[in-house]
Amino acid sequence: MRALTTTKTALTGNYAVAHAVKMARPHVISAYPITPQTTIVEKLSEFIAKGELKASFINVESEFSALAVVYGAAMAGARAFTATSSHGLFYMYEMLWWAAASRAPIVMAVVTRTLGPPWNIHDEHNDILAIRDSGWAVAMASTVQEAFDLTVQAFRLAESAYVPVAVGLDGFVLSHTVETIELPPQEVVDKFLPPRNPDLPLRLRPGEPITMGNIPSDDRIHAEHLKNIYRAHQEAKRAIYSMDVEYGKLTGREYGGMVEKYELDGAKFAVVCMGAWCGDAKEAVRALRREGVPIGLMRLRFVRPFPDEEVEALAGLDRVVVFDRDITPAGGILGREVASVLGRDKVTNVLAGLAGVDFKAEDFRKAIKHAIEREYRDWIVAL
Amino acid sequence: MSIRIDLLPKKKYILPGNSACAGCGMMIGWKILGMALGEDAVISIPASCAAVVQGLGPKSGINMPILNVPFASAASVATGISEAFKQLGVKGHSVVWAGDGGTADIGFAAVSAAAERNSDVLYIMYDNEAYMNTGIQRSSETPKGAWTTTTPTGKKESKKDIALILLAHDVPYVATANIAYPQDFYRKIKRASEIRGFKFIHLFAPCPPGWLFDPSLTVEVARKAVETGAFILWEYDHGEFKFNPPSSALVDKSRRKPLIEYLKLQGRYAHLTEEQIKQMEEEIDRKWQFLLRFAQATRRTQ
Ligand SMILES: Cc1ncc(C[n+]2csc(CCOP(=O)(O)OP(=O)(O)O)c2C)c(N)n1
Ligand code: SF4
Repeated sequence: MRALTTTKTALTGNYAVAHAVKMARPHVISAYPITPQTTIVEKLSEFIAKGELKASFINVESEFSALAVVYGAAMAGARAFTATSSHGLFYMYEMLWWAAASRAPIVMAVVTRTLGPPWNIHDEHNDILAIRDSGWAVAMASTVQEAFDLTVQAFRLAESAYVPVAVGLDGFVLSHTVETIELPPQEVVDKFLPPRNPDLPLRLRPGEPITMGNIPSDDRIHAEHLKNIYRAHQEAKRAIYSMDVEYGKLTGREYGGMVEKYELDGAKFAVVCMGAWCGDAKEAVRALRREGVPIGLMRLRFVRPFPDEEVEALAGLDRVVVFDRDITPAGGILGREVASVLGRDKVTNVLAGLAGVDFKAEDFRKAIKHAIEREYRDWIVAL
Repeated sequence: MSIRIDLLPKKKYILPGNSACAGCGMMIGWKILGMALGEDAVISIPASCAAVVQGLGPKSGINMPILNVPFASAASVATGISEAFKQLGVKGHSVVWAGDGGTADIGFAAVSAAAERNSDVLYIMYDNEAYMNTGIQRSSETPKGAWTTTTPTGKKESKKDIALILLAHDVPYVATANIAYPQDFYRKIKRASEIRGFKFIHLFAPCPPGWLFDPSLTVEVARKAVETGAFILWEYDHGEFKFNPPSSALVDKSRRKPLIEYLKLQGRYAHLTEEQIKQMEEEIDRKWQFLLRFAQATRRTQ
């Protein structure tokens, strides 16, 4: 057998996503520009123009239509992809729910960005976290390599659980930062991601009468459908674990499934966070370990489905410090999610890095120290 | 091409048990769509009466593959379907069946974009001249003077000419049609389905509860709209504009029936004064003059 070659290269997060999409062999891609997402669809249009990817590339007039196009394509049996960010994601809002309730296996990259006013293109997680209850699976990468790997995996997840999948990556921090990454051989991606079955979840074909979305004769039919989406997310958790193992065998990269655990053995304290800044948080954890503080970190790779059981495993710890790169009038979103599992008494919720404000490893270290030494008086602290 | 309606396909696509109002003009149109495209169409339907008249799921009163979609999204969803079919090698037509509100108002950006992209979609707007599903509110296709629940003293603004706007997008095919002339509509659907790219048909479809007339009069009302010149049948095919019968004969104003014959059949115009009716007639004539000049201009450029 011919030896398969892995390509080592240097790419931005956005280009890594574009390469992953290309290797997933999609049929339809729709595009609408918004910073910092735009270079994803630019790169894909280039692949198509050069003949390296055979797919329909549809330039639309808005994000609402970007999602509508891939929705139509996915419902007709195609593998479909789009990407957006911030205001673009919010402009899609109605379509997000429609796509999820149709069980349309769409994959969408969400390059996270703060919301105006004022206009600000820098990183924040409010945008992607706001869609967590729409029925989409919501993942968040922490490195350029993971942005690639998660995007490939997202298609498999979408097409096995019939939930649309949003793959998040931090605006600029990942989207425009170059890292060395490994691109697996096409054969490996093909093996991991077989062609989509165009007949599921339903078959929209000329001459085959079927109606999707008309008024139900009994609201209980609708209610049952909604419960099935909940069940699909529970199923998706299992799929994420087995996918992670399988992908690990093929590429040598296993991430831990729903969450990545770092230095949690024997820990009395834990940090919980998601996204690229978990790298800085890990550095802080290393520094604290050197100081003799028994601390570890849990990185959420998915917030939908939510890793309840994984978070619950932290219940025996003395303190859990949750970092949110988002703010709502009720506090931090992840902080509240984690507290819903562990209780507020156990959790200190630190809101930082808002509106793109830089938050370094040393800032993490200080904030974690304050939190575990109970120097913050409220359970929610906005830095 | 003349078409004998008794020779059209007999298979029924509109089934008993659908939940349309008696005398619904839109349903008459949909029946013709079934006859013309039969097994070839996959239909996207935005929020509208058409989304409701299908009957109660999981059953359907329409014997066609249908995807119901958000109000503003139909043109884009249909684009996605046609692109998927292209990539998957599926033969068929991606068709939108949408109301005037979903087309000329909330969905307009998407319709305009699909036209500009020349997406391979047959877009049919059935025009009942208001938002009927939500209970007769005005749309940009409601004619000036008409009563609706949000224009209780009559609409102050003119009807948007959506077909002309789409024609200006330089798409291959745009036509108007009317449920009182089923052969003409049938022929236009057939013609449109031969063309790749964006095709738009504006179908005039009276609505008894919305226009306040007796359900037995739907076809009569629709026909009067054409005979009085209030609705004009035309067709734009790859750069050439022409009037279709019977409108082609009504370029001669003297052959049009008095507008009042159309208006008096409907309660929504009952409050109009003679002066207002005269103004309406003048506006209609201006539209004719404009289209006439346009027809002449496109003929010269052949
Ligand atoms: C985003 C959104 N806004 C409002 C509605 C409520 N709505 C449903 S149908 C409709 C009117 C549709 O009018 P039209 O397109 O003319 O079709 P018709 O009902 O006359 O058949 C409205 C306003 C909706 N479904 N979605
Ligand atoms: S309200 Fe009018 S358009 Fe709607 S179903 Fe009834 S008759 Fe048809």
